[in-house]
Amino acid sequence: MSDPADIPAKALFVATPAVRRRLRSQRVAVVCLSLASLAIFLPLAAVLIGLVKKALPALTWEFIVDVPRKGMTAGGIWPALVGTLYFVTLSLLAAAPIGILAGIYLNEFARDNWLTRVINLAVVNLSGVPSIVHALFGVAAFVIMLRWGQSIRAASATLAVMVLPVIIVATKEALSAVPRSFREACWNVGATRWQTIRTVVLPNSIGGILTGVILAVSRAAGETAPIMVTGAIFYKVVARGDLFPYSINEQGMALSYHLYQISRNVPNMPESMLYATALVLVVFVLAFNSVATVLRVRLRRRKKW
Amino acid sequence: MASTATSSLTVPAGSARAAHRLAGVRGVWWRRFWLLREWAMVGLIKLCGISSILFVTAIFLFILCEGLPFLRMGHGIHEFFATSDWYPTSQNPTFGILSLMVGTGAVTILAMLFAVPFGLATAVLISEFCSRRVRETLKIVVELLAAVPSVVWGFIGLKMLGPVIVRFTGADTGVNALNAGLIVGLMSVPIVVSIGEDALRAVPDTFREAAEALGATRWQMVRKVLFPAARSGLLAAALLGVGRAIGETMAVLMCTGQSIAMPIDGAFPYLHPLSSVGTMTATIASELGEVEAGGLHYRALFLLGSVLFLMTFIVNLTADLIVRGIRGKK
Repeated sequence: MSDPADIPAKALFVATPAVRRRLRSQRVAVVCLSLASLAIFLPLAAVLIGLVKKALPALTWEFIVDVPRKGMTAGGIWPALVGTLYFVTLSLLAAAPIGILAGIYLNEFARDNWLTRVINLAVVNLSGVPSIVHALFGVAAFVIMLRWGQSIRAASATLAVMVLPVIIVATKEALSAVPRSFREACWNVGATRWQTIRTVVLPNSIGGILTGVILAVSRAAGETAPIMVTGAIFYKVVARGDLFPYSINEQGMALSYHLYQISRNVPNMPESMLYATALVLVVFVLAFNSVATVLRVRLRRRKKW
Repeated sequence: MASTATSSLTVPAGSARAAHRLAGVRGVWWRRFWLLREWAMVGLIKLCGISSILFVTAIFLFILCEGLPFLRMGHGIHEFFATSDWYPTSQNPTFGILSLMVGTGAVTILAMLFAVPFGLATAVLISEFCSRRVRETLKIVVELLAAVPSVVWGFIGLKMLGPVIVRFTGADTGVNALNAGLIVGLMSVPIVVSIGEDALRAVPDTFREAAEALGATRWQMVRKVLFPAARSGLLAAALLGVGRAIGETMAVLMCTGQSIAMPIDGAFPYLHPLSSVGTMTATIASELGEVEAGGLHYRALFLLGSVLFLMTFIVNLTADLIVRGIRGKK
C-alpha cells in the first residue's frame, strides 16, 4: 500500500473515464436543451424581423390617421385603431372594478373553505374557456337576451368577462405581497376591514394591481373571436382623425378584426399594408405588455419591506 | 412577541370598538352612515368575489340552453356525435361533428408534438442551467411569445409559414393541419414553459443537494431526480397546453384551410398532416356570423360550443387539480 502522501496532488483530482463520460453527456444535454429553446425563439425573432421589414414601406403617419379607401386596399387604419380603443376602454371600465374587488375578496375575506376552493377553480376555468365560447356567450346573453344587438357595448361586455380572470389573479397576488403586520397595525387603531383595505392595503399594492389591468388591456386589444360576432364590423364611414366616431349602441371596427378581414377576405390587398396592420397591432399589444413587465420588475426591486 | 399575540385577538373586535369611538365624536347619524358604507362595501366585495363562479355557470347555462333544443329539432344525439358530415347549409342539412373533433384532435396532437418537448426543454434550461440574468431574459421572451395576439399568429401562419410549407413539402396549399399545428404549438409553448418551470421549482432544494452530494452531474440530477419528482407537474403543464390548443380559435381559423370533410379516408385511419382540416372552434367562428338566431344551424353551433366548453373544462380542471395537489404536498 502506498502512502497517500506519495501520490502527487494532481493525480488525486484527475477525472476517471466514468466521470468524463458523465460530464460529456451533460454537455450534450445542455447543447440539446439550448437548441430546443432556440427552436422556439428563432422563429419568433424571424417573424418579428420579417414583419417589421415588410411593414416599413407602408408604415407612415398617414397610414395611422387615414381612413381605409378603395375597398380597404388604400388609405389607413384610423377607424379600426379608435375602435380598438373603444372596445378596450369599455371592457376595462366593466372588468377592472369587478376584478379588483374579487381579488380583494379572495385575499382579504376568503377563508380556507369549500367556497374559496370553488371560486379559485372558477377563476382558473374562466381563463381557460376558449375565446369562441365567450363569443357564443356574448351572443346569447348580451346581443340576444339583453337586446343590445350587435354593438360596441355587447362586444365590450363579452371582452370584460374574458379578461376578468387576468385582473383577479393579478390583484390577488399584489395584495398577498402586502405583509399581514400592516393590516394588523391598522386594525389595532380601530379601523374596519374596508378602511384598512382602502387606506393601507390598496395603496401598498397599487403597482401590482396596475400590472394586471395593463395585461388585461393587452389581452383585450388582441382578441378577435369574441368581438367578431358581437360587435365588430368590416367597414364604417369615419372622418379622418375623428377621435369619437362611434356610439356604443352601434358596431365598430377593431384592429384585430380588420387584420383578419383584410388578410383573408379582401382581394388585391397590398402586402405591405397587411404587414403594417399586423405590426401596428403587435406594437400596440407589446407596448402595454412591456409597460407591465417593466412596472413589475421595478416594483420588485423597490419593495420597502 | 406579545404584540402579535394580542393583535390577532383584537382583530374581530376592531370594527365595533372603532364604531363606538366615532359615535362619541361625530354623532349618531354619522355613525349610521359610516356603518352602512362599511356594510355596503363588504357586501359588494363578497358579491364580486363570487362573480367568477357566476360567470362560469352563466356561460355554460347560456350556451347549453341555446344549444340543447337542437336535439328536439329532428336531428338526434346520434347524428350529432357519431356521424361525420357537417353540411349545415345544404338542402338536407346534416350536423355530424365527428370530423370536426378529429380536426381539433389532429391540430392539438401536432401542436403538442412541437410544444411539449420544446417547451419542457426550455423549462428545464430556464430553471436549472441558467444564470439569474439569462433566466430573466428568457422569461421575458416567453412572455413576449404569449402576448402576440392570436389573430397575428393566424396572419403569420397564413402569409409567412404557408409559403414556406409549400416550398418544402410541395403541398398544393400552405394552409393545412401542419401549418395550424406549428402555429398553435408556438402559441402553447409559453404556458407549457411557465407551468413546467413552476413544477421544477416546486421540487425541494434538498433533493438537488442530495443528488449533487452523491456526485451526480447537473444533467443526471435533472434526469434521475427532478423528472420523477416533478412528473405530475410536468404532466399538468402538457395538459394546460392541450387545453390552450383545443380552444384556440383565430389562428386555427386562418391556418387550417377549413375543409369540413372527414380528414380520414374511410377504412384507412391515417391523417395526412398536409390535408386541410376543419376544427370545432374555427367552424363556430366562421359560421356564427351568418346564422339566423334560434334556427337549426344556430342551435347546432351552440351545442358544438357546449361540447367544446366541456372538453376544455375537463382538461383544465384535471390540470388544476394536479397542480393544486403538488402545492398541497409542498
